Amino acid sequence: MTTETTKKFNIDTVEHAAKTPDTELPWAELGLKQNEFDEIVKVLGRRPTGAELAMYSVMWSEHCSYKSSKNHLRQFGEKVTEEMKKDMLVGIGENAGVTNLGDGWAVTFKIESHNSPSFVEPYQGAATGIGGIVRDIISMGARPVAVMDPLRFGAIDHPDTARVMHGAVAGIGGYGNCLGLPNIGGEMVFDSVYQGNPLVNALAVGVMRHEDIRLANASGKGNKVVLFGARTGGDGIGGASVLASESFDDTKPSKRPAVQVGDPFAEKVLIECCLELFKGSLVEGIQDLGAAGISCATSELASNGDGGMEVELTSVLLRDPTLTPGEILMSESQERMMAVVTPENIAAFEAVMDKWAVEYSWLGEVTDTGRLIITWEGEIIVDVDPRTVAHDGPVYDRPFARPEWQDSVQANSFTGSVEDAGRPSAPTELAAAVTELVASPNMCSKAWITKQYDRYVGGNTAMAFPDDAGVVRVDEETGLGVALATDANGRYTYLEPYQGAQLALAEAYRNVATSGAVPMAVSDCLNFGSPEDPDVMWQLAEAIRGLSDACMELGIPVTGGNVSLYNQTGTTPIHPSPVVAVLGKLDDVARRTPSGWREDGQAIYLLGTTAAELDGSEWSNLRGHLGGLPPKVDLAAERALGEILINASRDGMVDAAHDLSEGGLAAALVESSLRYGVGARIALEELMERDGVDLFTALFSETQARAIVSVPRSEEVRFKDMCTARGFAHLRIGVVDAAGGKLEINGVDELSLEALREAHEGTLPKYFG
Amino acid sequence: MTSIPLIGEAVAVAAEPRLAGAKIGVVTFPGTLDDRDAARAVRLAGATAVPLWHADSELGDVDAVIIPGGFSYGDYLRAGAISRFAPLMSKIIDAANSDAKLPVLGICNGFQILTESHLLPGSMIKNDHLKFICRDQTLRVENANTAWTVDYTDGQEIIVPLKNQDGQYIADEKTLDALEAEGRVVFRYVGFNPNGSRRDIAGISNAAGNVVGLMPHPEHAVEAGFGPESLDGAPRDTDGLGFFTSVLTKIVGGDK
Repeated sequence: MTTETTKKFNIDTVEHAAKTPDTELPWAELGLKQNEFDEIVKVLGRRPTGAELAMYSVMWSEHCSYKSSKNHLRQFGEKVTEEMKKDMLVGIGENAGVTNLGDGWAVTFKIESHNSPSFVEPYQGAATGIGGIVRDIISMGARPVAVMDPLRFGAIDHPDTARVMHGAVAGIGGYGNCLGLPNIGGEMVFDSVYQGNPLVNALAVGVMRHEDIRLANASGKGNKVVLFGARTGGDGIGGASVLASESFDDTKPSKRPAVQVGDPFAEKVLIECCLELFKGSLVEGIQDLGAAGISCATSELASNGDGGMEVELTSVLLRDPTLTPGEILMSESQERMMAVVTPENIAAFEAVMDKWAVEYSWLGEVTDTGRLIITWEGEIIVDVDPRTVAHDGPVYDRPFARPEWQDSVQANSFTGSVEDAGRPSAPTELAAAVTELVASPNMCSKAWITKQYDRYVGGNTAMAFPDDAGVVRVDEETGLGVALATDANGRYTYLEPYQGAQLALAEAYRNVATSGAVPMAVSDCLNFGSPEDPDVMWQLAEAIRGLSDACMELGIPVTGGNVSLYNQTGTTPIHPSPVVAVLGKLDDVARRTPSGWREDGQAIYLLGTTAAELDGSEWSNLRGHLGGLPPKVDLAAERALGEILINASRDGMVDAAHDLSEGGLAAALVESSLRYGVGARIALEELMERDGVDLFTALFSETQARAIVSVPRSEEVRFKDMCTARGFAHLRIGVVDAAGGKLEINGVDELSLEALREAHEGTLPKYFG
Repeated sequence: MTSIPLIGEAVAVAAEPRLAGAKIGVVTFPGTLDDRDAARAVRLAGATAVPLWHADSELGDVDAVIIPGGFSYGDYLRAGAISRFAPLMSKIIDAANSDAKLPVLGICNGFQILTESHLLPGSMIKNDHLKFICRDQTLRVENANTAWTVDYTDGQEIIVPLKNQDGQYIADEKTLDALEAEGRVVFRYVGFNPNGSRRDIAGISNAAGNVVGLMPHPEHAVEAGFGPESLDGAPRDTDGLGFFTSVLTKIVGGDK
């Protein structure tokens, strides 16, 4: 193998570019629009070099620049009160937001999408989704402590769904298990709208001491820039191959996988190695390499710093020596980090690398020129203001308008529709309906998935699937910990995007409060279709407006997140799917509330009132109907309910709590009974009388701001007094029955727990083996 | 009415002063995942956990060694096949085979490393269903006389987490017969064989009983609120603590 790498390339230097202004460049093939290319020429005052073009094209892509959503995303930063900011240590814009937990602890979390790679190559797509989000967490200076995966697939019986499901779940397990991070929850939804655009989102959470917070910036003239971790290869180079003019040699391997390939072992070693660097305060700034690879890391570090940066690209350690400069800049090889190190710390840095057998190479240093200069054997191939690459990309005010079809969709209510014919009412019909519901693809047990994930590693998992939220202990001395839940309802959001996004937040908030934790912060992953479609753009704009308004009302800030657009097949977009993650805090995880009841004779209460809200519900979905308006949002009620659940947990007034969401009361009663195999006797007559609903509606309506709890006899008076004092509707609907082995609901034929379990747990194995 | 204790109520570990001086080494390889969990288990049992690094050439003055679970070297080659050659492993092998019979416990990947090191016979291959599996697993203690099981009783059933991809224990029939005959099958899966292991074997020992390896994870069942539940929800979260108290009994108190 020749070491004379430079000889093979027709290096397009800055000097050469200045002399050859008329050279044709493949900007269109790299995804740039004419106006964007013109802007680059204007910024540089000349045509870009091939390497510069590669950098701008990836950094100005929708994925990296948020050019279609930026104008709307601003609201997350604007609709924030001083009160909401008080615990935010690092806000939007860094790799992940950081929230103060107290006692000197801080927590960082973020959710991201890895959708299209997971459709093309489900195993690697989902695996590297975990890898990427975990590196974001490490970059903040934190030790990652858990992951979660909200998943949305096509129809459960479509032949391609099994391919994506098997691959994605195995990839998440294969990568996450090998990293030693417990997987503590997530979601699973099947809907044909996701057939060609499955949503594979990944969340990671990490913890650190306040003093360990690290930021991605390159400051201090003379400090050294180092790239460490895996070598740079040809994976994930999307369009860079069109920069063929760089290469004389057409014998090189040209066809490379567009999906990155993960190496979880390398990532695990990288985690430990980075934590050792942080412990020794050996890095000044650090940035992970994800989308847009070295282009992103160098431009963001330099742009966030106080000077410039100069980097020699031939110093990058390569897995494939035939890579061109443009390809090296764009490569999305995984498990790489870039850091800034002071000259005094070089030896100590290298010692840590050697201990963990991690490869590294020194690429250059921080300068005071304000320019990002990249050389190839000394010849300048990139000379840019890093801000223009990293932050000053194009921003579009995409046209949006309420779709013409929205009215007719909203007018088409489930009640009274053709699909609603033969609504169950007799006791046998209702029993069959409950069983059908809990066996349905979206409501069935997710154990087939979660048993492929390690939930124990780390020894701090206090709660995981199937409880409402995942709970992880942070401080072993005090029991301080965090709770996390993610939620989204694409059908609700399709019916009414503003409200749908709020409902996603409300549910995640409720789930966290149900576990006993105080909600503190939000991260969101906005999965939508093409922003160039005004209908979709309206959905996105409305969802962001709704979400930011609701965050303000609930008093919890968005600390970070991600936008995934163009999730559509042809002209058919997915349902707008804003996946919302809420993080909460528990002073002592020992006080967490599980979702199942255990103790015979405890009273079961339903908190909140029930209206006839079946539009967009799981029941209507089972009958093949989608229309009308989603359940009403009542954030004041959500807040009041949350406070009751948190106080009840803190003061030991409830032993179990489960929120009501998709599938309504019917689903919640079955899940709380199956959690520990302990049944209940339920009577809903008083509820029906009070709320003016029939038994079917009481069971299947998806009215929000509701939860069921089991209350020890000794606490009943105190619990009722608390609800009364807070003016929150509460009704005793039944009692825990440990001996019967069944769920008895007046007016519904007896449901044996054994039969319910078989129905609930049988679905995924039936389809996926 | 049965009273269920508050989840996560702190277990007061009887801190016997004579135990605190006992030092138990916990080995970390690149890719080891459960080292901090194993160290916590040692602490909760009342002893002192000593971190050991795979590349170290000396074992130090530890009284016992735990090789924890994980994916050392990513399990990219046969699980445990690379770690077996770590400088520290040769010291552990010597100490385990010496007259002093250093107690050694291999958990999951640690068990795989022990078979690769030939401290224990047989080997682990991919689970028969070919998937990773994580579950609360019931085990029967078949031999309560090893260094790591004296605090249990023969035939006792315990629940500890199991989580692995390559957990199917195999050996030739002659070896299996010998293990059975010599009482070296220390743990067997009960109710459900999660990986297709021969004769439901979950863990075995060497002839002297100082070296024990098993696929399930006792270190994940040592603290109330952070371990398994039984089917009816009753906490079974500290069933694994006996491993760590057993070795202390062995170290400081001799045989039961």
